[in-house]
Amino acid sequence: MDDKYKNEFGVFAERPKVEKKFYGGKYIFGGLVIFLILIFLPLAPNLGKTVPSPQRQLDTPVIQKMAEKDRQCVMPTEWMRANHMQMLVDWRESVVRSDEKGAPNVREFVAPDGRKFLASLTNTCLDCHSNKDKFCDQCHNYVAVAPNCFGCHLQEGKKLAEAK
Amino acid sequence: MGMDRREFIRISGLAALLGLSGKGAFELLRPGQVEAALGAEPKALSGKRWAMVVNMPKLDEATAQKCIEACHRVHNVPDFNSPNDPKDKLDPEIAHRYEVKWLWTEHYHNAFTEDASTLPEKVQHFAFLLLCNHCDNPPCVRVCPTKATFRRDDGIVNMDMHRCIGCRFCMAGCPFGARSFNWKDPRPYVKGTYPGYPTREIGVVEKCTFCAERLAQGLMPACVEASGGAMIFGDLSDEKSKVRETLKKYFTIRRKVHLGTNPQVYYIV
Repeated sequence: MDDKYKNEFGVFAERPKVEKKFYGGKYIFGGLVIFLILIFLPLAPNLGKTVPSPQRQLDTPVIQKMAEKDRQCVMPTEWMRANHMQMLVDWRESVVRSDEKGAPNVREFVAPDGRKFLASLTNTCLDCHSNKDKFCDQCHNYVAVAPNCFGCHLQEGKKLAEAK
Repeated sequence: MGMDRREFIRISGLAALLGLSGKGAFELLRPGQVEAALGAEPKALSGKRWAMVVNMPKLDEATAQKCIEACHRVHNVPDFNSPNDPKDKLDPEIAHRYEVKWLWTEHYHNAFTEDASTLPEKVQHFAFLLLCNHCDNPPCVRVCPTKATFRRDDGIVNMDMHRCIGCRFCMAGCPFGARSFNWKDPRPYVKGTYPGYPTREIGVVEKCTFCAERLAQGLMPACVEASGGAMIFGDLSDEKSKVRETLKKYFTIRRKVHLGTNPQVYYIV
């Protein structure tokens, strides 16, 4: 075969001269660069910045009124931090819907240490944690979640109503 | 390396023992003892069939207004005619269209479809106090695609606002007009929000709940407390209850009985 060139149409004397060239290179690489810029553009504003870790504040009037040893959430703090959302869903189901299928209306939450609470976001949770922007929002913003609880449950006029 | 049958059984037995120890074993043998528990509020009023009797001759217009006010105050029901901020002011016609009502008054011919000719003349001049009838056979529950509205075992037809998608089928299903849709964010129109109760959001349907949250605390419905005896609330299945006594003593009518929903609000006329 030597330097004879063969393809499916037959044997040819010599290999056809085709200029080796990268066609449209500037468009391809230009496009790639634009693509990469667009992909990483959203990261640019935060580049090199350290986002401060959430600063939760617990100095609401209700908590400050409590004795030091009573300043304990319905469950241990670490547990609450990880599981409060599931607990709120459980509370909601048992308070709103428990009467549907024979179960008695369930509104009392008994913590493992025996303390009893009314299972209510409005009346129990938000009573102590009345500072949504300094407590709830701190972590929710940090992890970029937007729970829609507060559309109904936060009482903006709460202090006014209590003052009466 | 293989494993004979004896070895396999030994290992699986040990694994089962391990699995049974610790929290898993507690869960299996004494369920609900390790985790926190949810239970019924001890003071809660319980019944098998809650019902309301409205004593119309005793209920004058001022008392009716007081009942409505009490109800709408403790449930944060918005009044679109009086915004908290004057710049939210609505055209009265629009405000009327947005109206949210749990308890309201209506004259005989708007509340009842039956011929009034056999009833005393005065009946037609009463301002009937209307609310959700908490029907035994509620059409709103039947049409709700998400089961956001449901009938509890004690007869209360309740709403789960978390599940309402705002389709308004229930409003079309309810023959009593007892349901209202939140066309607008109600917060700017709720006067002095009542602390213990949430508001609603735009896009959900709401109605009277027979004060389920107050019954759970051992309290009578807000309207009953404000009515000074003109409204009677109690358990129909309890023979000695005040509602049963009242129903035995007086002639009562109900709204649109011919529709077969079996409404549970009775009117003494």
